[in-house]
Amino acid sequence: MKVSYYPGCSLHATGKEYDQSMKAVSRALNIELKEVDDWSCCGASSAHSTNFDLSIALPARNLIAAEKDAMDVMVPCAACFNRFKMAEHYLKGDKDLKARIEDVVGAKYQGGITIRNPIDIIYNEIGIDALAAKVVKPLTGLKPVSYYGCLLLRPPEVCEFENYENPFMLDKLMGAIGADVKNWSYKTDCCGGSLSISKTAIVVDMCNKLMSAAKEAGANCVITACPMCMANLDMRPSVGMKLPVFYFTELISLALGLPGSAETFKSHIFDPQPLLNQLRLI
Amino acid sequence: METFLEAVNKKIHGVPLQACYHCRKCSAGCPTAPHMEYNPNKVIKMIQNGQKDKVLNSSTIWLCLSCETCITRCPNQVDIARMMDVLRQMAIESGVGAHEPNVLKFHEAFLASIKRGGRINEMMMTVHYKLKSGDLLSDVAMAPGMFLKGKLALLPPRTKDVKAVKNIFEKTRSK
Repeated sequence: MKVSYYPGCSLHATGKEYDQSMKAVSRALNIELKEVDDWSCCGASSAHSTNFDLSIALPARNLIAAEKDAMDVMVPCAACFNRFKMAEHYLKGDKDLKARIEDVVGAKYQGGITIRNPIDIIYNEIGIDALAAKVVKPLTGLKPVSYYGCLLLRPPEVCEFENYENPFMLDKLMGAIGADVKNWSYKTDCCGGSLSISKTAIVVDMCNKLMSAAKEAGANCVITACPMCMANLDMRPSVGMKLPVFYFTELISLALGLPGSAETFKSHIFDPQPLLNQLRLI
Repeated sequence: METFLEAVNKKIHGVPLQACYHCRKCSAGCPTAPHMEYNPNKVIKMIQNGQKDKVLNSSTIWLCLSCETCITRCPNQVDIARMMDVLRQMAIESGVGAHEPNVLKFHEAFLASIKRGGRINEMMMTVHYKLKSGDLLSDVAMAPGMFLKGKLALLPPRTKDVKAVKNIFEKTRSK
């Protein structure tokens, strides 16, 4: 299949491992990516916290750009995904707002393309069996808990994520590549998101809570699909509390034996290589 | 004259806050409630009581993470996350400012970065935030490592048509 691809700012900076592994995995699964022309930032938390119209207009500019390609648009960053879905929700539900935003952006919004996250695309379009069939290196010994966070799931009527209080798609994907996924009760808790820099102490507490719950569940790593969760979980837990954190695509890339799959592990803040070495996975 | 409650409801543009029957599910599930001055449901009560200054001056509205757990679990679909956005915007527009100034300074640095290049330049954005907030030392030890790992780019990422993005900022600027 072919989709429009909106990487977003994080995937070209602190979340570059997500972009690299996303592209490798897409190639291996025959998902052709066409980057949205001249995309700009979605505005993230800072726009909606301070200016409602701005928070709709910034993603609207990108949605309108993606509409030119007339394909589903895949948005790997959970924060961008959330802002895209929110913009779509408000633009489709409020004619006055739509007219106002079209005037601001200087183009018409059609609302004709579907905004999708890669978990949904891999799970529903490629499928667990097809994914499992491509595994050359089952991730034996890896015991992740899957961490979905907030922005992929909520609000549920906007995000339309399956089973939003106890989601399972990431767990199934990890199971398909041979990992021993642990169950836990913190799949959908918040990591502290955008307060990471301005109210760090609160975020440290939240990340420590998540890490101790993951350890209690018997996990030896955490997987995520959000660059903000990754940054917080990778940086913020206290010394001695940390577990390696992976983007789910990095682990798929590893299990599929894709070229360069070991490279992205080198740029994590908390080095996951000792764990992967110990399990003879790299 | 429009009451504070009416003004907030108008901006939320959804289920009115009067639908809240204070079951406190929002406060029970809120991850930052322990750090807040007033719990989310208490803020609703205060809005109903017309306590505008206290609400707009509270830390609560700036500590909300917009994780949307409250609206997800509210039995009456009261959009508390949206209410928090509305209150933050009212605090800015009315000149009250932010009780948690660094939270607002972070948002300002973030948006200034988008306005400058169309995309976030994390390095410049962080420097900008640090100069504005005066919080110069925290996390500085992490910067060289992140730079060596290629996580902080030196060349600023840019949208080619930055003018279009700047235009969006101009046209949505609150009057």
